[in-house]
Amino acid sequence: MESPLVTKKGADTLDSLLAAAKNLADGSSIRDEIVSGIYGVSSSICRDTVAYRDKKKLNSTNKLDAIVTSKIWGFPIMLGILGIVFWITIAGANYPSSWLASLFGFIEGYLTAGFQVVHAPDWLHGVLVLGLYRGTSWVISVMLPPMMIFFPVFALLENFGYLPRVAFNMDRLFKKSGGHGKQALTMSMGFGCNAAAILSTRIIESPRERMLAILTNNFVPCNGRWPTLILLSSLFMAGAATTGALRTLTTASVLMGIVLLGIVVTLTVSWVMSKTALRGVPTHYTLELPPFRRPHIWKTILVSSKEKSLNVLTRAIVVAAPAGVITWMLGNIFVGGDSILNHMAAFFDPFGQLLGMDGFIIMAFILGLPANEIVLPILLMGYMSSGAMVEMDSLGSIKDIFLDHGWTWLTALSMMLFSLLHYPCGTTLINIYKETKSMKWAVLSAVIPLGIAIGVTFTVAQLVRLFGWV
Amino acid sequence: MMKHYTVAFAGNPNTGKSTLFNLLTGLRQHTGNWAGKTVISAEGEFTHNNRVYKAIDLPGTYSLYSNSADEEAARDYIIFEQPDVTLVVLDATSLERNLNLALQVLEITGRAVVCINLIDEARKFGIDINLKAISKRLGVPVVAISARNKIGIDALLDQVERVATGAFTSKPLQITYNDEIEQGIAQLVPMIEGVIGSKYPARWIALRLMDGDDSLLTSLKANMDPKSTSNAKEVVGHGVTACH
Amino acid sequence: MSRTTISLSEAKQGDILRIVSIDVQGVLRRRLLDLGFVVGNEVEMLRHSPLGDPTAFRVSNTTIALRREESSLIYGELIGGEE
Repeated sequence: MESPLVTKKGADTLDSLLAAAKNLADGSSIRDEIVSGIYGVSSSICRDTVAYRDKKKLNSTNKLDAIVTSKIWGFPIMLGILGIVFWITIAGANYPSSWLASLFGFIEGYLTAGFQVVHAPDWLHGVLVLGLYRGTSWVISVMLPPMMIFFPVFALLENFGYLPRVAFNMDRLFKKSGGHGKQALTMSMGFGCNAAAILSTRIIESPRERMLAILTNNFVPCNGRWPTLILLSSLFMAGAATTGALRTLTTASVLMGIVLLGIVVTLTVSWVMSKTALRGVPTHYTLELPPFRRPHIWKTILVSSKEKSLNVLTRAIVVAAPAGVITWMLGNIFVGGDSILNHMAAFFDPFGQLLGMDGFIIMAFILGLPANEIVLPILLMGYMSSGAMVEMDSLGSIKDIFLDHGWTWLTALSMMLFSLLHYPCGTTLINIYKETKSMKWAVLSAVIPLGIAIGVTFTVAQLVRLFGWV
Repeated sequence: MMKHYTVAFAGNPNTGKSTLFNLLTGLRQHTGNWAGKTVISAEGEFTHNNRVYKAIDLPGTYSLYSNSADEEAARDYIIFEQPDVTLVVLDATSLERNLNLALQVLEITGRAVVCINLIDEARKFGIDINLKAISKRLGVPVVAISARNKIGIDALLDQVERVATGAFTSKPLQITYNDEIEQGIAQLVPMIEGVIGSKYPARWIALRLMDGDDSLLTSLKANMDPKSTSNAKEVVGHGVTACH
Repeated sequence: MSRTTISLSEAKQGDILRIVSIDVQGVLRRRLLDLGFVVGNEVEMLRHSPLGDPTAFRVSNTTIALRREESSLIYGELIGGEE
């Protein structure tokens, strides 16, 4: 060992050192002197070595800031950018998604034919093709295109330096609800992945405000939930609009509404928590607005879409493939004349109906705890195994499956709301436990959103039915 | 077999530190233009003149004076892990503030290279920086680069090599504080050296102790206790995000 | 000639102040010093956030936003501005 004193005595001596040092430095004036000493040296170095030929040029960021954080334009620009990002995502993902779906459907035909040629048993074809292959290919065709558009666009905004401006614009709202302005940044991370965003809350120094950011991060729809929200809103909410452009526009507005609702819920929950379980004074706040920097456009797009597509493909294999197999088995193992899946769905059905949904949807959410992206595939497989076999070769046929099972726009809306508000995925919960080292808060961060999700969908469903809108 | 040198990347947030790190190590951790983007240190490797370097991307911090967990992590790494080179990445467009961190690092270790990033942007803004003069004042190599546009990278790595191999003898700038502080330091340094030996920078520890920095003391204790040699380090390999 | 001393939170857009005192202790004081809010340094008030608070300041060639809680504790003398 290199340290000569490693005993308890060593530690005691350290304490006495500190005491001696504190004696020497009475009060806080010395701290200022130390920092001012350093600051004085760095400014003297700068005076001698740095020359500014034109101070005005440094203000180019300032001019742009004067617009994007202005009283009049600040919020409209924020909403506009959000809307445009959604619009690009939906408009751009539409065709690739259906191409992928057709491609996978086409391959499935050959796979099935292959299984018939070798006279493979039905169950093997079921597990491998109808379960594993379909589950995986749906996740890929529904998720890959929107994620490969949304995240590169988002990365461009991030690299440009726009996110701190969002935090600057919205800080007052967070302050009023007892949170920290940097919560806006951790929420932005949540669009990508709630589990990663939980780690990013480390930028919030105060434990109380950090906990608020952790508890509410779930209300930002992540990677795994975007496709569900996009698909449902384009299938059901934009139903009346038939032309492509109008349809895309409606879908984008519905998504914006969902995101704004998520923000409202975030602020409300933060406010309630900071008045009850997480009382305390707001801690200090400083936020740097870095200069705007033009990102390397193509490089950012390539890096980010490569990152995302790898992420989606890995998730599809790691989570969707086994989930597909399990769901197929649940749907094809019969107990007392009906499949396990149908038994479960029947059990949850009365509860699901109260919330505007059905038993299959509730079950899909429960089975989808490990990862949100498998909720929709599980649901579709559940529906398909219950008798209504539909050729799955286009996204349009997904709507037929839903309609066959009695879906209305209320079902879609309830499922979207539930998806936005319900508990975060398993990985996120594990991260919350790791970060907070508290079982209580990990459980609460699942229970609070779940309670809100149930409350909101119940209220919406009852109101809609009361007024006879469906 | 040649020794692998370790290089720690320190710097203010938003200085392009992670961009440089990615460029050198070939890692593709996503960078972002906002304070605190690097929350977890990333690790990678790069080679220069056939030498392999282990690179550690520390969290971006404004100082090392323990205002937050990030700063503690960065500080503890430099003090206790004692990297062969600490590369301090500064933003050329706001040098005055950025130099504070460089000065704090130099008080801990002379094995440092100062890297002034975003030099092309600074030139565009009409900022002239006299590198030689800064280097002379700081007593360590100073290199201007643009990580974004890959300007000056080789020159930077040459300097890293010189410091790592000991070919460059640094004379790090030591700030002279007012008499009261200097007298305190003079009294404390022998005591500190008596207790913890010469492994750690005694003058710097004296300053921190006078500043009442309890967290440093906690870290010192943890590092002097042989049982807890694996002090809380959180390093994610290959720059993957924590998401699955 | 005496100059008016005001807190940063009272500064109007475009005002330039030279910091004369910082009435904060502890961690926040340290953070403010790190960011360049040091006695003797110049600070320009850039603008309020669209909702009125926080406020962006230009200090040491960087832009830093502070809430009223913090900016009201930093005092400076008015040395320039648009009025």
